[in-house]
Amino acid sequence: MNAPVLPYIGQPLKRREDFRFLTGKGRYVDDIRLPGMLHMAIARSPHAHAIIKNVDLSAAKAAPGVRLALSGRDLEGRIGPIVPNWVIPGTKVPFRPVVAIDRVRFVGECVALVVAETQAHAYDAVGLIDVDYEVLPVVVDEEAAIAADAPQLHDSVPGNITTIYKVRGGDYAVAAREADQVLKLRVVNNRLIPTCMETRSVVASPDPDGTLTVYMPSQVPHMHRRWIAETVGIPEHLLRVVAPDIGGGFGAKMHLYPEELLCPHLARELGAPVKWWESRSESHQSTSHGRAHTENIEVAIKNDGTILGLKVETLGNVGAYLSNMASGGPTVNTVNFGTGTYKIANYEATSRVVVTNTVPVDAYRGYGRPEGAYIAERAIDAVARHLNLDQIEIRRKNFIQRADFPYRPYGSMGLMYDSGNYQGLLDKALAAFNYEARRNEREALRRDGIYRGIGVAAYTHVCGMAPSRRLALIGFDRGGWESARVAIDSSGRATVYSGSMSQGHGHVTSLSQIAADVLQIPIESIDVVQGDTRQVQAGHGTFNSRSMAVGGSSLHVCSQRIVAKAKKIAAGMLEVDEKDVAYAAGQFSVPGTDIAPLSFGKVARMAYVGHKLPDGVAPGLDETVFYDPTGMSAPSGVHLAYVEVDPETGIVDIIDYVAVDDVGTLINPLLAAGQIHGGVVQGIAQALYEEVSYDPDSGQLLTGSLLDYAVPRAEHVPNITSLFQETPSPTNPIGVKGIGESGSIAAPPCMVHAVLDALSPFGINHLDMPLTPPRIWAAVQSARNGASR
Amino acid sequence: MIEAEKRHAVTIEINGSRRTLEVEARKLLVHLIRDDLGLTGTHIGCDTSQCGACTVEIDGEATKSCTVLAVMADGASITTIEGVSPAGSSLDPVQAAFHEHHALQCGFCTAGMIMSVRQLLRQHPDPSEDDIRHGIAGNICRCTGYHNIVRAIESLVAKG
Repeated sequence: MNAPVLPYIGQPLKRREDFRFLTGKGRYVDDIRLPGMLHMAIARSPHAHAIIKNVDLSAAKAAPGVRLALSGRDLEGRIGPIVPNWVIPGTKVPFRPVVAIDRVRFVGECVALVVAETQAHAYDAVGLIDVDYEVLPVVVDEEAAIAADAPQLHDSVPGNITTIYKVRGGDYAVAAREADQVLKLRVVNNRLIPTCMETRSVVASPDPDGTLTVYMPSQVPHMHRRWIAETVGIPEHLLRVVAPDIGGGFGAKMHLYPEELLCPHLARELGAPVKWWESRSESHQSTSHGRAHTENIEVAIKNDGTILGLKVETLGNVGAYLSNMASGGPTVNTVNFGTGTYKIANYEATSRVVVTNTVPVDAYRGYGRPEGAYIAERAIDAVARHLNLDQIEIRRKNFIQRADFPYRPYGSMGLMYDSGNYQGLLDKALAAFNYEARRNEREALRRDGIYRGIGVAAYTHVCGMAPSRRLALIGFDRGGWESARVAIDSSGRATVYSGSMSQGHGHVTSLSQIAADVLQIPIESIDVVQGDTRQVQAGHGTFNSRSMAVGGSSLHVCSQRIVAKAKKIAAGMLEVDEKDVAYAAGQFSVPGTDIAPLSFGKVARMAYVGHKLPDGVAPGLDETVFYDPTGMSAPSGVHLAYVEVDPETGIVDIIDYVAVDDVGTLINPLLAAGQIHGGVVQGIAQALYEEVSYDPDSGQLLTGSLLDYAVPRAEHVPNITSLFQETPSPTNPIGVKGIGESGSIAAPPCMVHAVLDALSPFGINHLDMPLTPPRIWAAVQSARNGASR
Repeated sequence: MIEAEKRHAVTIEINGSRRTLEVEARKLLVHLIRDDLGLTGTHIGCDTSQCGACTVEIDGEATKSCTVLAVMADGASITTIEGVSPAGSSLDPVQAAFHEHHALQCGFCTAGMIMSVRQLLRQHPDPSEDDIRHGIAGNICRCTGYHNIVRAIESLVAKG
């Protein structure tokens, strides 16, 4: 055994899982081919809102290779309905059948299905399904949907509002009275498509022993096991969910979709494996979208830039039905965070969750926290602009101070920021950005008619939703814990079984680093198992930036239990008292004696041979921990962007981007920076490029493929300087905080501020994302025309 | 339908092996590679030839294999990711650079990206950063933000 290179935590180790991906040996669901496998294809509604008058399956049933064709009516009462997993108290949950029965409510909703011997046969037959629709009026926009005369989607959801959620702290009315001014703004958080490069896919396979194995790219395999069991009516012990390699998740692969219920049901009915694969265009109209908010904001301010109070009214568009977590996103996850990194004692927010004739909206990288940070950041930037104050100094003035942590924003009883040092982040970011020089350069270039802008944004949020008992209060029907099992074999190698679920995060590497430091063994001696409910005891999976803080902590504690037991065994072998045994670098020794040390491997062997175990110590070296955190970690960061805007074309050139993030203890700086790079680019994409468009009259999805939906390419994005500040979280034994969502939270306001700064000579104070060339060009033209009048 | 199912013989050289297959006229090359040959390292990420996940080399040129019908590939020599570093051999320099610079996360775009990088370096042995970013613009990566992919490619250039 090599000597361990301790500590592993903090080392920028290259990924242990890379080889299979580099050589084409990764195994994604679409790569699975089983004997006798049948293929399902879905007929989807071409209308955004319509009565289904008749579904004629006769031609499809007669088509070559077809084994089965079913409508929603055929499945009624057999499986479903699909129910959300997060239901904010007081929410009206609309009925959602797995396949539409008598009415469709968005373009892309399932209306019928075919199972055939090949995918081509299934596609051919779906084209033969004839559905007779009576088209109804549609509403796609959240503001239009709450108008008195708006088309109504569900009888059970009057006014199209499922949920009204309020947050209060201090007294905003008093703050508004005492303010010198009240500034108002309305911001739109554009609807996005998560766009995992691997679309969704499901293979359900009945096994001879009565088990049904479901292969799916799930961020939450154990949650999916429970949801599929309950919705299809399969006992949970007869269901095995396997998530192999996952081609990106970003929140989109943690909900419950119709196809994930249909394949298991049909595989049992037909006694054969049934596969469904989602085409990209299908994905745009069937996999959940993200964001889709409108917020109206009021800021009560003193003329020196002090913010006395903030009032927010959020409308969260959740599409046609309440997807898995949909009532929680625009509410708890958004408006709770509306005050951002700033001390704002008086806060009043109301969020309304609104149904429309669009694809259901659910979690997408950050889920609510990008929207919340956008409220805080757009508000403070607007105040600086309005009062002609420095954008950096106004933040310094209003920041929560280092001495204030742990900090409860607006006196909240439920929300606490565990730690932070925002001034430190800002100083580090300004230095890395070369802020003073850039500011001078910007001024100089403006005189030459070159429009450069500097954007800044700060954020904090909390992640790793926990503890379990608190989740009950907000209607989140799952726990906040994560499980870990560490099994040491008789040679001293470790296998880690984690309920967390990598989707490109590199958990094989990062979890091994955590375990290796406690076990004091070489990282090469550790294997990691995830994504199989038959192998991994239990879990909640990966979302909400929880894997290192919750899954990693669980593994840390579990590894400690291994060492504690191994020490007992070693003491027996060395014939000394347990308290005299020291453990370091894989050796059990008795300091101050000449007793020869024992290796971890020898102790592991004894654990399984069992010949010399002390009284009361059971054989084996295999521990399982369910770890429920006491609180949530609060990452934070300050990002800066430097852009040049061409007023004649509206094109934005991103010259530089600096991200300084505080994610507590860094487990692997290489992987951490990778998370920031990817998140920032998704945030830049929201700010500059991506937007889902619906035709407001017909409800047709206009961004139906990657031809129309502008996912950025390498030439559209800059190099990113990613730096870190480590303020350890006091909420977990490693001190780690979440990281996965940081970039997509910080980048949208940062980019918008940079572009607005560049456009400030034109008197442009506000633009909504995405800041596309036509939108910027039109604003410049309008400003010029206004100036010339 | 019957016309659609009529089969045509296609002979290709795939990763050095000569194979003859019977395919429907409508079958895309990417489906032949994945379904008939079982080479699942080549991925399908879209249906409009936008993402580049299915990029392979056809007669030495990086090509999106969803833009080619299988019958059009008759007589062609094709290299997929499985042929870049044959079993038992070490990683090729592009693959090694991707590992070294953490230029992959979920791995789904990686095979196609590597094919495009090989093409880029054949055409531009000494590319500028703009050349690099333009050269991989046909491949979408959603995880890395491209930053480390660009670093990986630059490292190959610096090595000469």
